[in-house]
Amino acid sequence: MNANFGELFALMFSAMLVYNFLLSRFLGMCSFFGVSQKIDTAVGMSIAVIFVMVVSGISAWLLNLLLIAWNVEFLQILVFVLVIAALVQFIEIFVKKTNPVLYNALGIYLPLITTNCAVLGVVLLNLNQSYDLMQTIFNTVGSALGYALAIILFASIRERLSIDELPPVFEGMPAAFITAFVLSMGFMAFNGMIKA
Amino acid sequence: MANQNGETNLSVLTAGWIKQNPTFVQVLGLCPVLAVSTSADNALGMGLATLGVLAISNLFISFVRNIIPNEIRIPVYISIIAAFVTMVNLLMHGYTYDLWVSLGIYIPLIVVNCIPLGRAEAFASKHGPWKSFLDGVGMGIGFLGAIMLLGITRELFDSGTIFGYHIWSSAYDVFVVALPPGAFLVIGLYMGLFRYIGKVRSQKKAQGDESK
Repeated sequence: MNANFGELFALMFSAMLVYNFLLSRFLGMCSFFGVSQKIDTAVGMSIAVIFVMVVSGISAWLLNLLLIAWNVEFLQILVFVLVIAALVQFIEIFVKKTNPVLYNALGIYLPLITTNCAVLGVVLLNLNQSYDLMQTIFNTVGSALGYALAIILFASIRERLSIDELPPVFEGMPAAFITAFVLSMGFMAFNGMIKA
Repeated sequence: MANQNGETNLSVLTAGWIKQNPTFVQVLGLCPVLAVSTSADNALGMGLATLGVLAISNLFISFVRNIIPNEIRIPVYISIIAAFVTMVNLLMHGYTYDLWVSLGIYIPLIVVNCIPLGRAEAFASKHGPWKSFLDGVGMGIGFLGAIMLLGITRELFDSGTIFGYHIWSSAYDVFVVALPPGAFLVIGLYMGLFRYIGKVRSQKKAQGDESK
C-alpha cells in the first residue's frame, strides 16, 4: 500500500471540509435545496446518500477494473449510472418496508438520488484522480460525511429562518441561496487547513 | 397538427425561455449553473453542451416512446441520455480540448442533471418527435440564458472583463463573486430581483384593470 494512514485521513477531511461536495463543488444541489426545510428529512436524506455513495463508490472502482480489462472505458458513464440506479431501487424497497414514515418524508427525493450528481460525481472524481481502493474508500466516506454535515447545518438554519420575517421578495428560494452563501463562506475558512 | 391542449410549436419552443425557465422558475439542474459559471466562456460551453444533449435525447426518446415498457422507462431514458452525453464528452475531448479540461467532470454529469430526465418524463414521453425536439431546444435555450447571465455577471465583477474583453478597471472587483460562495450570492440576488420585477408588473396590471 502506497499511502499511509495520515495521508488517508487528510484526504478524508479535505473531501469533507475543504472540497465540500455541496458548498464548494456544487454537486447534489437539487436535494440540498429540496429536502432541507426540516432537519428530520435532511438527516434521513443524508443517511440514504451516505449509503448509496459508499456502496456505489466501491463497486464502481471494482467495475472499472473490469471495463479496463475489456478495453471498453468509454462505457464508464453508462455503466456507473445504471449501477447507481439499481442501488437506489434496492434502498427504496428497503426503506419502504422498514420505515414507512421516513419513506413518505423523503418522497420524490429518494428515487431522485439516482440523478443526484453527488453520487456520480464522487465516482468520477475517484477515477479521475486514479485513486487506489483505500484512497477511494476514504475519499468517498469523507465526501459523504461532508454532504451530511452541510445539509444538516443548512436545514437547521432554514428551520430557524422560517419563523423570521424576511423581505417579501426574498422569502423562500432567494433567502435559501443567500443562506447557502453565508454557510459556504464559513466553509471557505477550512481552505487554510490543508496546504501541505 | 390538431392539438387538444392548444400548444402551438411556437409556444412549446418559447415556454422554457422565461415562463418555465429551468433554472430560475423550476429550480432544476443547479449544479452546473453554480459550478461552471465562473467565466462567460465556460458558461457558454456548458450551456451549449446541455442544449445539444437535451434536444437530441428528447427527439430520440420521443421516437421510441411507444415501444418502451412503462415499468422500466426511467432506466431506459437514463441509458439513452448517458449514450448522448458520452458522445458529447468524446466530441468535446476531441475538438475543444481546453474547454473540456476546464469543465472537467461537469460534462459527464449532464447525465444526472435533472433537466434532460425531467423533460423526457414530463414532455418527450407524451409528445411527438418534432414538438419534443422543440421543447428540448427551448429548455436548452432557457438553461443557456441562465448560465450565461451568471457567467457574465461573475466574470464582470471578478476581473472587469466579458469573454476576456476589457470592460472596466479593476476598481469594481468584488473578489468573492468568483469564489464558490459567490455563485450562491449572485443567483440568490437574481432570483430576488426577478421576483421583484414580477411583483411590480402584476401590481401595475392590477392597477390598470382597476382604472378601466
